[in-house]
Amino acid sequence: MARKLMDQEIEVTIGQLLRAGVLSSAAVVAAGGVLYLARHGLAAAEYSVFTRQPPELSGAAGIFRCAFALHGRGLIQLGLLMLIATPIARVVFSVFGFLKERDWLYVAVTLVVLAILLYSLING
Amino acid sequence: MPVLLFTAIVALGAFAAGFLGSLTGLGGGVVIIPLLTVGFGVDIRYAIGASLVSVIATSSGAAAAYVREGFSNIRIGMFLEIATTLGALLGAFLALRLPTAAISLIFGLVLIHSAWVSSRPREDGAAVSRPDPLATRLRMNGSYPTKDGTKHYNVASVPSGFGLMFVAGTLSGLLGIGSGAVKVLAMDQAMRLPFKVSTATSNFMIGVTAAASAGIYLRQGYIDPGLAMPVMLGVLAGSTLGARRLYAADTSTLRKVFGAVIFVLALEMIYTGLRGLL
Repeated sequence: MARKLMDQEIEVTIGQLLRAGVLSSAAVVAAGGVLYLARHGLAAAEYSVFTRQPPELSGAAGIFRCAFALHGRGLIQLGLLMLIATPIARVVFSVFGFLKERDWLYVAVTLVVLAILLYSLING
Repeated sequence: MPVLLFTAIVALGAFAAGFLGSLTGLGGGVVIIPLLTVGFGVDIRYAIGASLVSVIATSSGAAAAYVREGFSNIRIGMFLEIATTLGALLGAFLALRLPTAAISLIFGLVLIHSAWVSSRPREDGAAVSRPDPLATRLRMNGSYPTKDGTKHYNVASVPSGFGLMFVAGTLSGLLGIGSGAVKVLAMDQAMRLPFKVSTATSNFMIGVTAAASAGIYLRQGYIDPGLAMPVMLGVLAGSTLGARRLYAADTSTLRKVFGAVIFVLALEMIYTGLRGLL
């Protein structure tokens, strides 16, 4: 029962962190959206033909550069990058949670999940 | 259509998709993708990228509420995430290689299955008296709060649950959805979890699963900021409102009407897929 309570405590903190992550990334996306619409609002929307995003809007380095130059689309991508990082941060916190409980089996399980996530980010 | 008008219409549509998706239990992604492709003629690859980020936002945003209620089982969730994230990698790998017509066809079939699952009432089956020994070794058996005090539950068939979760992860990575319907199959039917526990645990897993494939989509240039912005903000706002109304509203009529709409959209996507492939 003590274990269950500890789980609960850690989980509540993690839940709040997740919400903070989602809200701050939504704020960055919204700010980028305002800039994007102010500059490109009257252009024609074209989504029926697929073209990949250029490197400055798909790689982390390019996204940071565009966002700090206050380009609307760069800021939106930065917000989305923060959003993708949010559940990954959750998994990192869970590693610490299980470490605190000395639950080695689940420390290992959680590290495997983290390794898969990092693999997808770096090599995907 | 000018960007400003397109953005406003997509944001409204995404809001409605998030709202209805959360009221009916289908999830926002399952609704927004047919809306974008069938309704607005958006290429399905753009739609999947935008939907995937909205799935992360809804799942992570709702986590705090689910956790407070004490239903989610973090051990089951974390263990099954090994399966869903590996599946998500496979799904994203396939999405980059399959023709869009095939993706459309698979999406239509999954949509019909999802609508069918969500239209049926979910009830807890008989309690499992003898848990799967693997579940005991993995310390998955747990308890959750009910009106009559804390109730204990055992977990059955861990290997088949794990296998189904791999399928759920693959569909999530391929189609940009949370695959709630396949997760229900894995956790309610195979592992025999009480449905409140499986719902909360499934929400916990959706964000992590979607993050695995969203990273790949972003790096491959599949996520268009101009489209993802109204989709993410709209679905997030709609599903937050929908989750609040969930307990107040009688959703049985809504489910039927909405189920019919989903069915028509699914047929349209299957038709598009078949026409492209044949």
